[in-house]
Amino acid sequence: MSTPLSGPGSATQAPGQGPVGSRPPRSRATRDHAPITLTGLAGKVLLLGLTAGIAVWAAFPLIDTGKWAGLALLAATTAGLFYLYLTPRHIPAKYLVPGTLFLIAFQVFPVLYTASTAFTNFGDGHRGGKDDAIVAIQTSSVTQVPGSAEYALSIATKGDPATGALLFLVTDPATGTVSAGDGGGLRQLDAADVTVTPGGKVTAADGYTVLNFGQASARSREITDLVVPTAGGALRSSGLSRAYEGKAVRAYEAGCDCVRDAETGQTWTADQELGAFVAADGERLAQGWKVNVGLSNFTRVLTDKNISGPFLGTLIWNFAFAVASTGGTFLLGMLIALVLHSPRMRGTNVYRVLLVLPYAMPSFAMLLAWRDMFNADFGLINNLFGLDVDWFGQPWTARFAVILVQLWLGYPYMFLVATGALQAIPRELTEATSVDGASPWQSFRAVTLPLLLVALSPLLISSFAYNFNNFNAIYLTTEGAPFPADNPTNGATDLLITYTYRLAFGGQGAQFGFAAAISLFIFAIVAVVSAVSFRRTRKQEEVYS
Amino acid sequence: MTTLTGAARTGDTAGRPPAANRNVTGRRRNRWFAQVGWRHLVAVLGVLFSLFPIVFVLSAALNPLGTLSTTELVPTGGVSLGNFGGLFERTAFERWFLNSLLIAGVASFASVFLSALAAYAFSRMRFRGRRVGLLALLLIQMFPQFLAIVAIYLIFGTITDLWPSIGFNTPWGLLLLYMGGALGVNTWLMKGFFDTLPRELDESATMDGASHAQVYFRIMLPLVAPILAVTGLLAFIGTINEFLMANVFLTSTDSKTLAVGMYGMLQGNERNNNFGIFAAGTLLTAIPTVLVFQLLQRYIVSGLTAGAVKG
Repeated sequence: MSTPLSGPGSATQAPGQGPVGSRPPRSRATRDHAPITLTGLAGKVLLLGLTAGIAVWAAFPLIDTGKWAGLALLAATTAGLFYLYLTPRHIPAKYLVPGTLFLIAFQVFPVLYTASTAFTNFGDGHRGGKDDAIVAIQTSSVTQVPGSAEYALSIATKGDPATGALLFLVTDPATGTVSAGDGGGLRQLDAADVTVTPGGKVTAADGYTVLNFGQASARSREITDLVVPTAGGALRSSGLSRAYEGKAVRAYEAGCDCVRDAETGQTWTADQELGAFVAADGERLAQGWKVNVGLSNFTRVLTDKNISGPFLGTLIWNFAFAVASTGGTFLLGMLIALVLHSPRMRGTNVYRVLLVLPYAMPSFAMLLAWRDMFNADFGLINNLFGLDVDWFGQPWTARFAVILVQLWLGYPYMFLVATGALQAIPRELTEATSVDGASPWQSFRAVTLPLLLVALSPLLISSFAYNFNNFNAIYLTTEGAPFPADNPTNGATDLLITYTYRLAFGGQGAQFGFAAAISLFIFAIVAVVSAVSFRRTRKQEEVYS
Repeated sequence: MTTLTGAARTGDTAGRPPAANRNVTGRRRNRWFAQVGWRHLVAVLGVLFSLFPIVFVLSAALNPLGTLSTTELVPTGGVSLGNFGGLFERTAFERWFLNSLLIAGVASFASVFLSALAAYAFSRMRFRGRRVGLLALLLIQMFPQFLAIVAIYLIFGTITDLWPSIGFNTPWGLLLLYMGGALGVNTWLMKGFFDTLPRELDESATMDGASHAQVYFRIMLPLVAPILAVTGLLAFIGTINEFLMANVFLTSTDSKTLAVGMYGMLQGNERNNNFGIFAAGTLLTAIPTVLVFQLLQRYIVSGLTAGAVKG
């Protein structure tokens, strides 16, 4: 957090050097008269007091858990804020720091973190370090062997019975002690805190909610997957009321840096470049660890035939979608704005209110409603026009449908801004052209349209950038469908962003590293397109004036 | 033009049969159509395009059967308010509604405030790093932020452990996250608007002994009220419609926003059966937006384009 403070801080070294002529007398004036008003002082005291209060509140959990680096960061940030708002210097920073703090914490930092994962194989099966992978391999290979100890089992949680993290409550048949176990291991509980039936089953424990049979059976898959490591192996459930302590069949051997299966004798050797244990025949164990893979995620996009082919198609469609959405909404919005922009037109206000209604409707809900209007069996579109089209089942009808939906959602906005821009164009200009004998079309081409484009091009560029990454437009309607039979990860209406989302969070196993690499590609494309168009509209110079 | 046709008519009607008279009115009608009528025709077509999905949703909300398969464009099987009742009985709609209002209201207010603070500094002060700062704001916006969702998920996992009251399933955590995007496009829009205000205003106030904070709160803010209203409204609409982050953040029924809750209504097997109550929810969701929108409409047109012209 030292960067945000030094960033604007370094900026503030120069408040007196600025080109603004009034600056030197002004700073002297502030010092002479020092207009400290009561409201200003009260506001300052209140806000700084609030900051201090929040800092103290936030400090306690950090101290409790011993997170000293976090505590130091918190203290430094708070001290920096106090210094900034008590000193009369660094005026620009006083205005910039509040927003910048949030920007750094919740936008810049996550983005940098994501970008750094693009160079790793982070994802399902490659989440933690090598030690975590070894523990996971050993515990998942636990099987019941003859003579395994059996325990009476209760399922409990510390949170909500439907969603909270699960724990095993088990009673040792030999000693009668009760322990609670989760992925981190077993912890013995105080005998006074628990109620145990004569059969050894725990029915209540302080601080835990014991799941009843219905709640437990609803989460039986999670219960089957829960493995509690113990000294001699691991605890696993067998049904919902029994648990056994089994032996790990596979074990890590430091000598050969490999995992050996005690029953078959097969070995998997650690491959430091892949971050996985690999057998001689190339078979990999599912649990690997996170390693740096350099640029291979990026080259994979370009060289892997299974990815580069669909990727190029998706990229072209992505451009087509953004251009069609932006251009279509602009053309339709401008057309209607022009139509209503006539002194002889009556009732324009009524038209305007009705035309703009789609803009005021909640767009997420209307996207879902449109999806159902295109329903092949009982959707409105097919009913209304007597069609029998499976809209989302064929590539071109699906593409047409999503663009039509975007047109409906977006054109009221363009209509609004085009109306505003038209009203700003002096009527004398168009009147002069008609006096000179120009046809309405000529006067539109030569006068109105160029002026409109000057006013609206920044909005068109930002609309393009927005539509290029318009996640909701696809995810809430087609979800990328239809998918080709041989490639279930890349559909005909997929934008790069929905495709990336599926890679990162889809059912095929998360590939965060690869998804991050593609998002860097998207970032580069959007940045280049926007930079070029901004340069073309030559807004830069004006803005920096 | 009117005089011309008028003259023609008085001349014509003298001794002509009524058939010619009809012909003339027909010509007048043609002329009216060529100048104004076609405009009405296009506008009506536009209104029809705008309205038919909304009419469909309205009809679905009033459909007594409440399923997608029985909904027509115009309700034919009678009208009932049963879906609205069902909405409140079968879902936690009122909770979602309040959550959404709270989150969108606070988020839009706070982000407009933070953004206006920064825009004031960028517009009125000269300091090192100003240019870089402006460019950086533009660039950060172009990174598809939600792809950072894995990182955000991990960050907020830690936050939930340490401070549960600003973690997952709370409106405050989501608000903090939305605040991260407060600076950005809005800052540029507002900076453009600040730039159009004459510098003499704040200079004269400074001469009269006003501090920079007084100049900002007493002079600049009241003058940029229209653009504040517009960016506030846009932020409000954007937050109400935000789905992705909210979907990751809010999993318990009581903490959901409208977007997350209503998306859940149409998931799985209930998609057909829940369409009626979903449509009813859509209409209720539109109410706050429409109200604010109608209230601010005249600002919106001028505000959007004023910002646009200056980039």
